[in-house]
Amino acid sequence: MNKSAATFALYASILALGIILPIYFPNYVGQMTVMWMMVVFALTWDILGGQMGYNSLGNIFFFGAGMYASGMVQVGMFYDLAKYNDAAGGGIYNFSFAQYFTGLSVGFVVAAIVCVIFAVILGRLVFGLRGPYFAIGTLAIATVIGELVSTWELVGGGQGMSMPNYPGDLGEAKFVFYTMMFVLAISTFMFVRWLYGSRFGLAINAIRDDEQKAEGMGIHTLRYKTVAWAIAAFFLGIAGAIYGNFNNFFEPIDVAFPTTTFGIFMVLMVLLGGKGTLWGPVIGAILFHVIKEVTWTYLLNLQWVALGLLIVVTVVYFQEGIMGWIMRKKPEWFGIRVEGDKQRLGDMK
Amino acid sequence: MSEYIIEIDSLSKSYGGVIANKDISLKVKKGGITGLIGPNGSGKTTLFNSIVGYHPVDSGSILFSGQDISKFRVQEIARLGLLRTFQQTRIYAKMNCIENMQVSIPHRKAGFWDMFSSRDETTIERAERLLEFVGLYEKRWLRAGDLSFGQQKLLEFAMALMNEPTVLMLDEPTAGINPTLINGLIDRLKRANEEFGITLFVIEHNMRVIMNLADHIYCLAHGQMLAEGKPEEIQNDQRVIDAYLGAH
Repeated sequence: MNKSAATFALYASILALGIILPIYFPNYVGQMTVMWMMVVFALTWDILGGQMGYNSLGNIFFFGAGMYASGMVQVGMFYDLAKYNDAAGGGIYNFSFAQYFTGLSVGFVVAAIVCVIFAVILGRLVFGLRGPYFAIGTLAIATVIGELVSTWELVGGGQGMSMPNYPGDLGEAKFVFYTMMFVLAISTFMFVRWLYGSRFGLAINAIRDDEQKAEGMGIHTLRYKTVAWAIAAFFLGIAGAIYGNFNNFFEPIDVAFPTTTFGIFMVLMVLLGGKGTLWGPVIGAILFHVIKEVTWTYLLNLQWVALGLLIVVTVVYFQEGIMGWIMRKKPEWFGIRVEGDKQRLGDMK
Repeated sequence: MSEYIIEIDSLSKSYGGVIANKDISLKVKKGGITGLIGPNGSGKTTLFNSIVGYHPVDSGSILFSGQDISKFRVQEIARLGLLRTFQQTRIYAKMNCIENMQVSIPHRKAGFWDMFSSRDETTIERAERLLEFVGLYEKRWLRAGDLSFGQQKLLEFAMALMNEPTVLMLDEPTAGINPTLINGLIDRLKRANEEFGITLFVIEHNMRVIMNLADHIYCLAHGQMLAEGKPEEIQNDQRVIDAYLGAH
């Protein structure tokens, strides 16, 4: 089997599994939704962290921003947002089928746009920072905004916000959100695959390897960095919007801006799978999610210990990750040459 | 239009208490090869860094094609066509040679959407020709970080040519390159100058190289301009011999 046929078979089987598994294992649809979200997390984190060498600990901010933007639009289009989120109000709010899906579509678009705008503005502030300073700076953004949103009464403050109920069967709802997350994960993958194959991929790799050199060669480094972050923000914003509806409820600290769980998982999944590779984040995310859920089920009370152990082992002993390890062992599978060839330019057609 | 492409007038730069460059004035002739020599710590690299905008200068002016660039940032200066290579070679270590070359295309007119354009064949062909020119064609698929130091220097030179600069400033191009390769490098520098019309401005410690290469030489010592002139004048200048060349 040649390479393109193998690639095609791989993609086809992933697509088929993504469609068949939820039908045969309906009890795990929620789990699988979160798993595809993890894939989006890892893929978007790797744009900066792996391909560009900027380790952001604040990407989770865009997840929360998308969730809130979409939630506010979905409710605000039809009801008074302040009354809706008033804890003492106790009102009942129904959304018709048309209202629900109009709100959802507009909400997703707004979530994506808002996150891109935030990325461009915040990028001006944080891209002057390098290395650990960038990591801490971005972490601060996510943490501070989570705290600020906790005091914002319009969106329910620390109590958070309940989302409109799905206008139909709840069993059906979970398949709807699964499909959305699955499509988002596939789209994110296809987008970054194309991105890394374009000049953009070369330029952000150059920034990773030696940013000063890249500047010295006239590359518009700030432009590339900002756009890279905006791309990550775009997909994370939509992921947040879907997750808010999937979860039916969100609040600032643990659901929307969870810097200590999802925010760290992003990094860990990429490290586990192999940063700076196309498939590493995908493999890392799926493996991590399975490990996490298995330990949650069978090692309850010890799950954080198991997770901590995984973090320590990955960071200390296995920084190259699964794909990095395979690439080192079998470079020829990836078209990486370790020996020069003897062919002369004149011999070529 | 002046016959000089770089004109520096009374440039000074100090770091804390150290005066790295004091009142330096020099001119680089368009289309020529100008040399810059001087003992270690005489301020040659500081001067290069000032020209390409790596740090702000304290006083003085730097004209490039008649335009004052002393307040410009690094990328802007590079996009004007004034490029430098580093004393400590800098290449993109995890990318292969072809990729190193592809990303070094000129960014002068790059618009927003050019970021997403595909890696076209003509660029790859040009990259291959230039790698052939510096003698790295056989190594083109190797990761740049796996090349030897000398090969990395050649790659950096090829990347600079890929950028189609008007002026190329080279910081010790032959340092760390073995003696047999040095002749080849001198030849290629001369060809880059003649065939591609690139003005060269070269820092060099190897006297044989610089005397062979340059048509005009400046000599710095203790951050100040000590002497200037044609290679033979510099070679026989008593001040240069005392400060730098030493008595034979």
